[in-house]
Amino acid sequence: MQIYLPIAELSVNVFLILGLGAGVGFMSGLFGVGGGFLMTPLLIFLGVPPAVAVGTEANQIVASSVSGVLAHWRRGNVDVRMGLILTAGGFVGSSFGVWLFRLLRGLGQIDLTIKLSYVVFLGVIGGLMLVEGVETLRRDRRPSGAPRRKLHQHRWVHGLPLKMRFRRSKLYISAVLPAAVGLVVGVLAAIMGVGGGFVMVPAMIYLLGMPTQVVVGTSLFQIIFVTANATFLQATLNQTVDVVLALLLLLGGVIGAQFGARAGARLKGEQLRVLLAAMVLAVAFGLLLDLVLTPENPYTLGGARP
Amino acid sequence: MIRVVLVVASLLARAPAQAQEAQPLVADLSKHLVAITTGFVGTEVLLFGAVDGPGDVVVVVRGPPRPEVVRRKERVGGVWVNTGRADLAAVPAYYRVAATRPLPELAPPAVLERHRIGLEHLDLDPVLADTGAGAAEYRQALIRLKRDRGLWAAETREVASLGNRLFRTDLHFPANVPTGTYSVEVYLLRGGEVVSAQTTPLIVSKIGLGAELYHFAHEHGAAYGIMAIALAGAAGWLAATAFRKG
Repeated sequence: MQIYLPIAELSVNVFLILGLGAGVGFMSGLFGVGGGFLMTPLLIFLGVPPAVAVGTEANQIVASSVSGVLAHWRRGNVDVRMGLILTAGGFVGSSFGVWLFRLLRGLGQIDLTIKLSYVVFLGVIGGLMLVEGVETLRRDRRPSGAPRRKLHQHRWVHGLPLKMRFRRSKLYISAVLPAAVGLVVGVLAAIMGVGGGFVMVPAMIYLLGMPTQVVVGTSLFQIIFVTANATFLQATLNQTVDVVLALLLLLGGVIGAQFGARAGARLKGEQLRVLLAAMVLAVAFGLLLDLVLTPENPYTLGGARP
Repeated sequence: MIRVVLVVASLLARAPAQAQEAQPLVADLSKHLVAITTGFVGTEVLLFGAVDGPGDVVVVVRGPPRPEVVRRKERVGGVWVNTGRADLAAVPAYYRVAATRPLPELAPPAVLERHRIGLEHLDLDPVLADTGAGAAEYRQALIRLKRDRGLWAAETREVASLGNRLFRTDLHFPANVPTGTYSVEVYLLRGGEVVSAQTTPLIVSKIGLGAELYHFAHEHGAAYGIMAIALAGAAGWLAATAFRKG
């Protein structure tokens, strides 16, 4: 059954899109990630214009983060104050990101920028996760493998002004730092069409020093607002949000995520991390090949707007 | 088919009665609107007509002219980067030719050039911003890109001729057909010269929910964005509550 996507201006098979949503939803339920980093490249691969893929994916992530954050909210694993400061930075970052997106599209370098960002960020984060995961697996299978971090590490960041108390995160740090983290992730979210959880979560743990149990909930909480902002701006500035595509994707995604979460409960944390790292690296590698291999046709159609 | 024959027959019957200087060429389309609905997978439009004697018929379908940008990649530090570009002011969004005989047999290149019949005779004038490739390369690249998308056809389709007077051809429009006002040009050629021509407009337009969404998205971007966010938020909340117990 074919359906015509009004914004992407493309006719696609409904079941293919539902299946894609379910597949990526399964992964995101399994690993607890948003899945934007898988979905956006897949949509581009299917022939959806990169700009529409990025704008639509931002819209879909709003839905998956809302559904994801509710469970964390009920367990009290959302640091609202931290989330709001990250969001403030994220708003600035994603607004700048959408603007940059528009600028780069005009220059003809948006595809390159999207692919390079994927290769760099997925490569680095996937690599780090793989190393850490493999080390943990190799070590004794103690219940909590990695050595515990100190609760308070005093570094240069503690010298920054505007100190605030984050009770849920048990932190007393400068608000400048989370705002900056939010800003950087916001730019990435807007350009790459992702929620940015895969950058946000490690940044929260290693840079801000937040306790792991509040990290995912707080990250999802701020992703809702950042992707909503990206959706709004992509819709108003670039007209690249396809609601029909977004609805089909999230329909499949919601169902897939439930099965993924159940499957994930049967696997160990370290195994999951290694698997996720392998997948992240595979996506990065695929895009890297795309960038370095001689293209079949060096010419592309820029798609100037009338 | 019967209807087509009847229409053509009535056209023919009326023609001599009107005046001595009857049209040497009449043609029409089975429909003047290609409606892109939600389930659109492409469509065929029948072009039919009659001529007043022997001759060759050439049909050219031209999509609305649009500005296009063609970019060329080059390897920079191991990575393929867009380095050159060419701007074209008016490129037909869609282009297809059908004829009773292969084009080179029909008319000399000068005639085809004058009427812009055939891909190699299109008036593409790339304005280059590139030192590594010339206009000819960009021209060929554009033709290839458009052909790969199924929007331009390199081969000439057949116009079926029935008894030297009637002719018909099927015009195919793929699922990704651009919207706008198309022109369907029918030429009658005798001895390598165009003796008569007729142009019929054809509208390709989005219809129904898809069209409404498209216009909403383009004219009220902010409201559309808010709607998209609200929809996603509601769907996410619904999903979380639906699966909470299940």
